[in-house]
Amino acid sequence: MFKVLLNLKRAGVVGINRRNADYILRYNERSLYPLVDDKLRTKRLAITAGIAVPELYGVIEIEHDIGHLPNIVNGHKDFVVKPAHGSGGNGIYVIIGQINNRYQHNNGSLLREEDLEYHISNILSGMYSLGGQPDHALIEYRVKFDPIFESISYRGVPDIRTVVFRGIPVASMVRLPTRMSDGKANLHQGAVGAGIDLATGLTTNAVWQNHPVEQHPDTGANIGNFKIPHWDKLLTLASQCYELVGLGYLGVDVVLDRELGPLVLELNARPGLSIQIANGKGMQKRLEYIDQLAEIPASAQERASFAQNLCLQL
Amino acid sequence: MRQLHLLLLVIILCAVGLGLAIYKVTTLGLPLTTSEKAEVWNVEARISFRAKPETSVKVSLPLLFNPSGYTILDEDFVAANYGLAIEQDDNGRTALWAKRRAEGKQLLFYRAIIYKDTEKTTDSVKAPIYPPIPDYPENFRPIIQGLLDKARQQSADTVSFAQQVIKQLNAVSPAPELKLLLEHINNSRNLAKGVNWILAGARIPTRIIQGLRLEDGKLYSELESWIQVYDGKQWRTLNIKDGKEGLPSNFILWQIGDQKTFSVDGGSEVSLQFSVAKTLRELVDIAESRAALKGSHLMEFSLYSLPVQSQNVYKILLMVPLGAFVVVLMRNLIGIKTFGTFMPVLIALALRETELAWGLLLFCLIVGLGLLLRAYVDRLKLLLIPRLASVLTMVVLLMASISVIMHKLGLEMGLSVALFPMVIMTMTIERMSLTWDEAGPAEAFKQGAGSLLVATIGYLVMNIDALQHLIFVFPELLLVVLAAILLFGRYSGYRLTELWRFRALAKR
Repeated sequence: MFKVLLNLKRAGVVGINRRNADYILRYNERSLYPLVDDKLRTKRLAITAGIAVPELYGVIEIEHDIGHLPNIVNGHKDFVVKPAHGSGGNGIYVIIGQINNRYQHNNGSLLREEDLEYHISNILSGMYSLGGQPDHALIEYRVKFDPIFESISYRGVPDIRTVVFRGIPVASMVRLPTRMSDGKANLHQGAVGAGIDLATGLTTNAVWQNHPVEQHPDTGANIGNFKIPHWDKLLTLASQCYELVGLGYLGVDVVLDRELGPLVLELNARPGLSIQIANGKGMQKRLEYIDQLAEIPASAQERASFAQNLCLQL
Repeated sequence: MRQLHLLLLVIILCAVGLGLAIYKVTTLGLPLTTSEKAEVWNVEARISFRAKPETSVKVSLPLLFNPSGYTILDEDFVAANYGLAIEQDDNGRTALWAKRRAEGKQLLFYRAIIYKDTEKTTDSVKAPIYPPIPDYPENFRPIIQGLLDKARQQSADTVSFAQQVIKQLNAVSPAPELKLLLEHINNSRNLAKGVNWILAGARIPTRIIQGLRLEDGKLYSELESWIQVYDGKQWRTLNIKDGKEGLPSNFILWQIGDQKTFSVDGGSEVSLQFSVAKTLRELVDIAESRAALKGSHLMEFSLYSLPVQSQNVYKILLMVPLGAFVVVLMRNLIGIKTFGTFMPVLIALALRETELAWGLLLFCLIVGLGLLLRAYVDRLKLLLIPRLASVLTMVVLLMASISVIMHKLGLEMGLSVALFPMVIMTMTIERMSLTWDEAGPAEAFKQGAGSLLVATIGYLVMNIDALQHLIFVFPELLLVVLAAILLFGRYSGYRLTELWRFRALAKR
């Protein structure tokens, strides 16, 4: 056991206590949390800053407004309903189309108007928010993911999580939904995580349920050495989010739309540490290096290329 | 800088906490372990007499005064309708009882509870004045002179001189010329006075001390007299019967000198009796009384000053920080997941009342049934708050029915189910069912088991009697617990479970 501890230290693996004590508590000001915990505020900030996000169709804030749902989705055959304060992808309904006055859920079921309204009501009552506080429901553009991901994801949208420290990307992974994760892109719910080499944008190794895997468990396609499209643009986008909310230690979730390119889906003030397992590499050395920098490059583009150089060294 | 600040704070907290505790142990004598008892002595002086009719009654009694090696914890005076005054000067204290009219047999009591002090108080010795040679009666003068001359020949210093005098006076067959003198000095009380009187002839400073031997169950004891001789540096105590030096260890000094005497005015058939009895008392009580005597306000503001009921509440409450510390260790050092941060502490508190095995069983029973009902309620698609309220209602009903059913079965432990914090139970059920839905039953059971494990460990820690006593008597030790918690607040090492979680990375 002591050997494991020493090995982990040598590999530069960051534990929860270190993440909280040395990075989140020091670099993430509590007052900034609402900016990322409320997806509506994040979205509005991003729109003002000119950062690409999925288009917002409408917001339902009170029970009474649920009746407006048909007006909001009018003209959009597919859309996504999500809680503004949700976490871990919970409470997100992806509607992929409408048949016979019913909504097609991406898990295959057909929802009646009132089923969807009940779900929204649940969102409003705080079922998916931290601490059960009353919440809002966002209705937004459904990302049509790049077909290149078709072979390595099972229902749902793969997203790319990047941990950004002081505006500099530190590690990145793509999260691929599986049958087990029910279309969600969360590792502990059964999604596959594949590490991405920051310099090249190529996936390295992958983990599923904490075990290294080479093929997607549902599609059987190889996951390694997969080139993420628009990689440089994506990395710059992730770096930009630092200025957007001012959090020093930030998780940025980006999706790749087949027409719109990289879109920022959500930000996270306490990004998880599984990204290290997906990359097969600890983040400690890079974090410490950046922590000691007296000055960080001003523009997001410079920071992104700084990160690409850094990852070649550490 | 931040680390230094924290370190300083931790050091200060530890120093204050431990310092206060050490002060309380060493100076006030508070016991470190539970049920430490110490011997205390009940000394009672009983005065009885028959009041003379038509005269006022005045009784004076010398009292215990700073007995060396002992502390008076408590004393009281019992006398019906007597006025009481206590006079105190350098030579001692006297109780003065007075009554204008008294009839028949009168009984007065003075009772003191004394405790053998471990610390020795050494009184500073003031050099006494050398006494003048008494004006002996004509017929005694040559006899005393002879006695003193003989003693001087057979002795080396003041003490052995005095011893020789005492030996001669107590000889089995005294020299014939001493007979007259011995008749003059006939009983023990007067013997001491006589020795005093004779030694003054050699200008040796002496004084008479009186005291009691502390022997358990001695009902009719009297004050014994000893003589003290000043050897130029200190007072040396000699037995007036055989001249041996030193007081017995169980001797308690009642009064020094004979300036103060027991007397009863206006009474006949006077008797003064002492009785001595040994009892055991909690060390905490003793420490409290001693602190009050020493003028220390620390004990006045201790938890012992609260009513007993509140004391019992605080006995439990003071253990909560220890439970919280267990949670800190379990979560930040081991990495066990629990439902809610301090839910395990509250469950641990409930376990105290129900006993461990029964408590865990009842907890699982209620949460299990609650989950079933929650699953049913879920189908009704209720809003969050009404749903929580309905689960709470069902939890209360469940607890009540479990109590009733188990009572009917003759299992009294079922009654203590009412002590489970029901709101916490409700929240546990809600969280567990949400975790079940979101992360699967495995995760829900994992966190449930984690909560129970932490609760059990918390219970075991909070239930250590010695620890409970320690924290209650020395609440300042919680500052040390606080310091430890603060230190863990900056612990940035791995959690034990992370060694498992990241094991794949350790292999490289």
